[in-house]
Amino acid sequence: MGARLALETTAARTIGALSRAVGRGGGTTLPGKVLWKIDPSAVDELAARLPEGVALVSGTNGKTTSTAMAAEILGDGKRLAWNRAGANLLSGIASALVAGRRAEFGLFEVDEGALPEALARTRPRAVALGNLFRDQLDRYGELEIVAERWRAAVTELPDVTTLVVNADDPIVGELAAGRQHTARFGLDDPRQSRPTLQHAADSKYCVRCGTPYEYAAVYVGHLGDYRCPQCDHHRPELDVAATDIELRGLHASRFRLVAPQGTAEIELSLPGLYNVYNATAAAALSLAVGASLADVRSGLARFNAAFGRFERIPAGGKSVVLLLIKNPAGANEVVRTLEIGVPPVLVIALNDAIADGQDVSWIWDVDFEPLLEHAALVIATGERAAELGLRMTYGGLPSERLEVVPSLEAALDRGLGLVEAGTELVILPTYTAMLALRGVLAERGVVRPYWEEQVA
Amino acid sequence: MRIRVGHLYPEYLNIYADRGNIAVLTRRAALRGHQLDVHAVGIGEALDPAAHDLLYVGGGQDREQGLVAPDLAAKSDALHAAHARGVAMLAVCGGYQLLGRGYRARDGSFLPGAGLFAHETVAGEVRMIGDVLLECELEPGRTHEVAGFENHAGRTLLDPGAEPLGRVLHGFGNDGASGAEGCRLGRALGTYLHGPLLPRNPWLADWLLSHALGHATGGEPAELAPLEDELERAAFRVAAERARRRGGRR
Repeated sequence: MGARLALETTAARTIGALSRAVGRGGGTTLPGKVLWKIDPSAVDELAARLPEGVALVSGTNGKTTSTAMAAEILGDGKRLAWNRAGANLLSGIASALVAGRRAEFGLFEVDEGALPEALARTRPRAVALGNLFRDQLDRYGELEIVAERWRAAVTELPDVTTLVVNADDPIVGELAAGRQHTARFGLDDPRQSRPTLQHAADSKYCVRCGTPYEYAAVYVGHLGDYRCPQCDHHRPELDVAATDIELRGLHASRFRLVAPQGTAEIELSLPGLYNVYNATAAAALSLAVGASLADVRSGLARFNAAFGRFERIPAGGKSVVLLLIKNPAGANEVVRTLEIGVPPVLVIALNDAIADGQDVSWIWDVDFEPLLEHAALVIATGERAAELGLRMTYGGLPSERLEVVPSLEAALDRGLGLVEAGTELVILPTYTAMLALRGVLAERGVVRPYWEEQVA
Repeated sequence: MRIRVGHLYPEYLNIYADRGNIAVLTRRAALRGHQLDVHAVGIGEALDPAAHDLLYVGGGQDREQGLVAPDLAAKSDALHAAHARGVAMLAVCGGYQLLGRGYRARDGSFLPGAGLFAHETVAGEVRMIGDVLLECELEPGRTHEVAGFENHAGRTLLDPGAEPLGRVLHGFGNDGASGAEGCRLGRALGTYLHGPLLPRNPWLADWLLSHALGHATGGEPAELAPLEDELERAAFRVAAERARRRGGRR
């Protein structure tokens, strides 16, 4: 390590430890922010030193979970530098590089907007691109703007980089066209198809000619088996496919993974079709960087949850289930997962900080209605609780089944007070609401702060 | 009473939760004993100026807006005729831009609109994003506030004499400079504000309903019985506070 860089990274690590010591919490991005400020090229240099190289994961939904799954698959045999707490800007990657100084392999989830710079600086061996949904338009701008930046960034990649793409997303799948090393993944189980495209479906017009696609199967949002009736642009052949999918309520799912290396029966202790996508992405990426099918199967079987995305936290003889919601496509999948057995009490928490999206209009694009029909009580909470209450009211929820409780802690207690001992309280929080709820539970000693979960 | 709503291009222009606006109109009409019938009007479908009491056009991403613009321009005569006979209208964001004379892109090309509103939109360099608070005076002497969220790169310039929907208290508005937001032409309203617009601004929803009822009965705007609106007021207060604190900053 060059003397200057060594000094910079030592200083950056000290700052992270200090941040935690003074109780400011996390400290997960502070060292990287410092290093990123003093010397952005340190990221290039630290990444280049990883003997087994780097893999990146991006996409609107599922990148934290897919990355954590890949870490479980790959981490058995390799020491990883990994931004596990989801700090996914360049500063977060810098932090993970600083913290993982003896790592062999870098595995980073990357914010969609930061992907072009992350690609240029870390020169990854493989990149997994999951999906593009409309998301926090106040932050990212329109989907097409992100797509255009991705297209430009991908053409700059060297031929040796393997592009792992979700072929079920027309825009993402198209990114692999004409590249040398690719792995196209997707689902192949029409039994899991939704009857129609959902209201919030995004890329439903042909990427080549603008005609509406025809779908043989629609899985999540606009992801599926599509074909343009006009110009015949269609989902490419899948290299890595999930077939024979079986969803088991809020607890588990299983599927058959079909890959060039063979097939494997996958057991997942996570609910929902969207997690089958995440697992398939993690599998395709891991296989692309040399994992075996056995690694994939055992890694996914061990995996339980990524930070805050789906967590079951014990709370005094009951448990709290946190299911993160952040945009229409993701929230619709959470709703779909809950539809199988709608919990009697449901807490939905809407904040509007930058990380949540300051524009809260997206809640109107979520199809909450199947939950509203069956839930005995919905507690709307968070900074924009009233707005959420309006969404429920105008969605047909009678006022006697709605409570608006802006304080997150009060809503948590109200919900916990209503569910029976031995059962669980389901909470759907946005990002900063999830952090705050976790904070409350941590203060009560039922969940460890996330930075203590980081084992070097 | 039946209120007939024509929703233009719902498949294409729906980006900022436009269906929330429709849900608000539907429920607030139902609570007063009226029934809202919403019909989609798509590309290539004829628009009968007499067939609706309220027309709604939402916002879309650039690509979708480009796909519907020629069709909307082709419906220009029908839109003018509907407006002349007193059909109420609400156009949000992209729909608001396309009801003007047109959109001048950065490369200089011009996308013609329906030419109902007296304005033109020019592509800008920086997007104007954030919470907004307006003061509106749709009837002389009766002021109301409107809270919403804006996200647009286009700068919409009203012709001299054209009436804005409201005056910007906090936020950017039409062009980030004039202090004007939206456009009002008789019973037609255009605005950049979404969020969506109507849930937390129930007075505006009622204004549109009452004018739509006016058209449906062939008479004056109808009086609507007031509703409780406790949650609506709470949501408005938070949104207005956001605009005061963080609207109109880059």
